[in-house]
Amino acid sequence: MLHLVSQTTSGLPADPDALAAALEGTGYLPDQGLATAAYLALVMHRPLFLEGEAGVGKTALAHALAQITGRPIYRLQCYEGLEASQALYDWDFGRQLLHLRAAEAAHAADDPARLEASLYDRRFLLARPLLQALEDSPSVLLIDEVDRADDEFEAFLLEVLSDFTISIPELGTVRAETPPLVVLTSNRTREVHDALKRRCLYHWLAHPDFDREVAILRRRLPEVTEQLARQVARATANLRTLDLLKPPGIAEAMDWATALHTLGARELDPDLAARTLGAVLKYREDTERVRGLPAEALTGG
Amino acid sequence: MAEEGHVSGKGSFTPVIQRQDAGKASYAQGDVAEEGPLRDVVDTVLGFARTLRHAGVAAGPDRVEAMLAAIGHLDVLDPSAVYWAGRLTLCSGPDDLDRYDAAFVAWFSGRRARLPRPAGRPEVRLAASAPLDGGAGEGDDDGETPDVAARASADEVLRHRDVAGLTDAERAHLRRLFALLLPATPMRPARRRRPAAHGSVHPGRTVRQALRDGGEVSRLRHRRARPRPRRVVLLVDVSGSMTPYADALLRFAHAAVRARPGSTEVFTIGTRLTRVTRELRLRDPDRALVAGGQAIPDWSGGTRLGEVLKAFLDRWGQRGTARGAVVVVCSDGWERGSTDLLAAQMARLRRLAHAVVWVNPHKGRAGYEPLTGGMQAALPSVDHFVAGHSMAAFEELSGVISHA
Repeated sequence: MLHLVSQTTSGLPADPDALAAALEGTGYLPDQGLATAAYLALVMHRPLFLEGEAGVGKTALAHALAQITGRPIYRLQCYEGLEASQALYDWDFGRQLLHLRAAEAAHAADDPARLEASLYDRRFLLARPLLQALEDSPSVLLIDEVDRADDEFEAFLLEVLSDFTISIPELGTVRAETPPLVVLTSNRTREVHDALKRRCLYHWLAHPDFDREVAILRRRLPEVTEQLARQVARATANLRTLDLLKPPGIAEAMDWATALHTLGARELDPDLAARTLGAVLKYREDTERVRGLPAEALTGG
Repeated sequence: MAEEGHVSGKGSFTPVIQRQDAGKASYAQGDVAEEGPLRDVVDTVLGFARTLRHAGVAAGPDRVEAMLAAIGHLDVLDPSAVYWAGRLTLCSGPDDLDRYDAAFVAWFSGRRARLPRPAGRPEVRLAASAPLDGGAGEGDDDGETPDVAARASADEVLRHRDVAGLTDAERAHLRRLFALLLPATPMRPARRRRPAAHGSVHPGRTVRQALRDGGEVSRLRHRRARPRPRRVVLLVDVSGSMTPYADALLRFAHAAVRARPGSTEVFTIGTRLTRVTRELRLRDPDRALVAGGQAIPDWSGGTRLGEVLKAFLDRWGQRGTARGAVVVVCSDGWERGSTDLLAAQMARLRRLAHAVVWVNPHKGRAGYEPLTGGMQAALPSVDHFVAGHSMAAFEELSGVISHA
């Protein structure tokens, strides 16, 4: 089932509003800025650099975009020490060695040039996410939490993202027919290098406003009552104003609503709220502080 | 979706947008729709980019080009489309967003409104910021040159003198000693492994060698983790009570940043938190200090250590800057606010950081005891408590940091 509303001949949404409508069809409710950002990323073939607090839906956007464009998604989770062999490609050394032994046993090793060529064959190449995304074009490439990788890795990334090619010395150059839709996310644990950002569209993803948050909760958790969804959204919004160590994101609000619903709640009462606070607050100091507040501090406003 | 204004979906970053103004006026002036729309759009965007650069956003030519391309894909007569096309291409961080919004309103409403100036007022700052600069060079250049031995022993004396009590000439000389200071870097084990003579087997290199040798594994290749520099974060107190030392401490910070630009962060603390890493990356110490001084809005003000430390941990520390780092707090611990907050934030800092070093220039004085409330509150969470009042103390500090 397709959610595409109005499309150009290339199969892309015709304008940001059409893209927003399509995203809404998948249960992802973008605001105008985000829809414009995603639309421009699609038509300009520019990577989209999403920054924002944890749990505001950066990763979910990439999945929703893959869904509406019908493209496969490749995800590269970044971490410190990430190497090219884990992000681009690697040779399957074990199989290469076996192949060589088998060739020797079959006395096929007489022509060294041919043997060598057969060693560096595509079937011995292990494609990692970046190469996969280029080979399986058009695709969506999600580079998650790029701020966790170290700066050496940014240099690799820069090279790939600038012309969407990967050169493998033994095989040749792999080029994407259609550049993949690249979504980079960052939680801002570290400043990403300007050279990388310059190649991207930059979007800061903020917490959604009250109405949008209610709509998201209702859409993603249809079993939760409207009353409960509104109260959870209100309480979450209030929690965000409390200057906590970790203000809750949409992901936490959804967890909380699910937890309350699982306990049979139809609305948010102070007792249940206190018991399920662990779903929305992740620091002992925060929990203690909120427990000490009067109930109106959460539900009011 | 919000349809209340030209700039909707703006989240919390567009408090200053006045909806009726954004966009409309410029098109009335430029009359884009009638003739030569392209020319006018380019002019308008170039003018806007200039305004934006003036407001402190680094909107370089390639970014402007990207904005023009983005507008090409959107409805040029829709102000919110223009707003987003620019915001997505010209900004590169959350700090840029407020400036962008202000510049957008100013430019597209036709008002040359007050843009937020880069913070800091240089004319006041400079006097306060660079006491070591006073009478630069005059004192010891115009006189006769003392012989080398005398100079060397004078250096030795100067190294141990309290920087607060120096004459201008001595300060100028000390500045040169700072240039020789080469802070060593603390190292930490890293995940990334490199080829090495020993260590675990490197399958890739071993097999590649074997393939070259006709399939015979004749020798095992190895790899091992190389240590990487550990992040060093310097928090320099620039409040009134630290004025005699702030300049020397910033010079120390500059030397540290120059030694390891990628893994050193410097913030100043006072009544507010200012990141000066970027300014201190300038090669020349004097220019770096002037740039830093312009960035710091709260020179010689009061101190709210607890609050500012909290701001640092909220915005930077907890996200990653302080994680596993050596955090050096340079302050006399003179806290005007509540010491409870300071104690709680120091405990939080200690849980995040690899080591917490506290530099208190007064510690170098004979008979000093950490009696101020702030110091008392902070000390339980401090790993190393050192002096920072003289060149010799800075050398010692540099040793403490590298072995922390």
